[in-house]
Amino acid sequence: MDLKELYRDVILDHNRQPRNFGRLEPADAKAEGHNPLCGDRLSLFVRLDGDRIADLRFEGKGCAISTASASLMTEAVKGKSRAAVQELYARVHELLTQHSAPPSQDLGKLAALSGVREFPARVKCASLCWHTLDAALNDGAAVTTE
Amino acid sequence: MNVAAAKASAELPLDAESVRRDFPILARSINGKPLVYLDSAASAQQPLAVMRAVERYETHSHANVHRGVHTLSQEATDAFEGARDRVRRFVNAASVREIIFVRGTTEAINLVAQSYVRPRFGPGDEILISALEHHANIVPWQLVCEQTGCTLKVAPIDRKGELLFDAFASLLSPRTRLVAIAHVSNALGTVLPVKRMIAAAHEHGARVLVDGAQAVPHARVDVRALDADFYAFSSHKLYGPTGIGVLYGREEILEAMPPWQGGGDMIRSVTFAKSTYNDLPWKFEAGTPHISGAVGLGAAIDYIEALGLDAIAAHEQRLLHLATAQLSAIRGVQIVGTAAHKAAVVSFTMAGVHPHDIGTILDHEGIAIRTGHHCAMPVMDFFGVPATARASFGCYSTAEDVTRLAAAVERVREVFA
Repeated sequence: MDLKELYRDVILDHNRQPRNFGRLEPADAKAEGHNPLCGDRLSLFVRLDGDRIADLRFEGKGCAISTASASLMTEAVKGKSRAAVQELYARVHELLTQHSAPPSQDLGKLAALSGVREFPARVKCASLCWHTLDAALNDGAAVTTE
Repeated sequence: MNVAAAKASAELPLDAESVRRDFPILARSINGKPLVYLDSAASAQQPLAVMRAVERYETHSHANVHRGVHTLSQEATDAFEGARDRVRRFVNAASVREIIFVRGTTEAINLVAQSYVRPRFGPGDEILISALEHHANIVPWQLVCEQTGCTLKVAPIDRKGELLFDAFASLLSPRTRLVAIAHVSNALGTVLPVKRMIAAAHEHGARVLVDGAQAVPHARVDVRALDADFYAFSSHKLYGPTGIGVLYGREEILEAMPPWQGGGDMIRSVTFAKSTYNDLPWKFEAGTPHISGAVGLGAAIDYIEALGLDAIAAHEQRLLHLATAQLSAIRGVQIVGTAAHKAAVVSFTMAGVHPHDIGTILDHEGIAIRTGHHCAMPVMDFFGVPATARASFGCYSTAEDVTRLAAAVERVREVFA
């Protein structure tokens, strides 16, 4: 298990310069994510165009994994339909937790998160943003990873 | 070991290398590197002597306590009550009736909240805590404030993480009925001036509970010299087993308190019309207790008193100063909590790096530290950080551990460069 597997250059880059960072107002959907274990907090703002995510932004304080994961997620889901987001969420979840996950080239930059599964304590950091997006698109409630 | 031998050994400085051989877990490798365990403030490791005492008890003497005439029940009772007397001597309580075995510090505080505060306090009464408290010394009071209508007040701290004593004193009034304070802050290591605080509280007629979880492993505690009304601590931070702890309470106060939980062992007689309760301390110990845990705690106290608490304290202070100096020298590292009087804890942050990432990288180097809010979210809020990284020391920590910690923190810097 190599540290560089976790802290890949893509992750470090998105941690240093998170994309789509900030508030989006007005937004059609909002949700708060919280990881009480480490204190990570994430606010997600989504603007919809019919069934598609027209734009989204996030803000909050978190570790490199949670910040980079949120940043990568915002890039990956922009323009996608709800159904496509759901499918992507399922595949990212598999990537983060399944050791036998299929090759992840088609996940694009999100594949940089594959090292997380070697660090079980950090899976929640990477998945917080996805849980939060799911909440924003479905009921808008606050989510916690506990 | 007899008292004279314990005193003689206490004169000697601690030989951490030989102490380490008493702790089997320290021989482990983590991620291919020798373990450096710097999380004793969360839970200390156990010496072989504790494990052997528990094993001996379970192998030879286990039965239920206070119940049978058979030999094993008598031996188990002797072991359990012997451990109680060991605890009494450790904190210098006047009587074993003042030593209640509980699950840990948290349960001890909840017991006082529910059995001492709840039947007595009401609207207009105040409970005063400090801004340094662990959640276990905040939430039980919030619950009982909701139940009784009394009010929770908080004495402030400064940027060094020291209690503002004058502000504390000015919050005391005839309305203050209970003061609940940490002896040592778990998040920052600050040692609070509890003796002075207790004296000030008593002048206003308030009772005082001291959360001693982080204090007893690092300094000699004398509940009578402190004049504490309640003093709580956990076994597992004192090199003993988990699941057992102690509530010391002044006898006349405990005597006047109703039982907290009902069940076996805490009764004298039971009829469907009415039950009468057992004497102290058993009145507060419903159900079969953690007998082997008490035995292990007794053995842990024997162990650290043989090393000498003064020797342990001096050793840890050297490591504390070394770690503070070495970590402060690393670019971007900020020590959180710089009180003049601290115990065995260094909390820190690193510019641009979340403590969780520090924790993962240190773990990769075989180093165990705590990262997060340390169950002290108000302390984190005060310093404007979501979390810190915290290294904490015990009797088995060494200068080499500190060197490896500093090198690994440098490595964090490189990864995030």
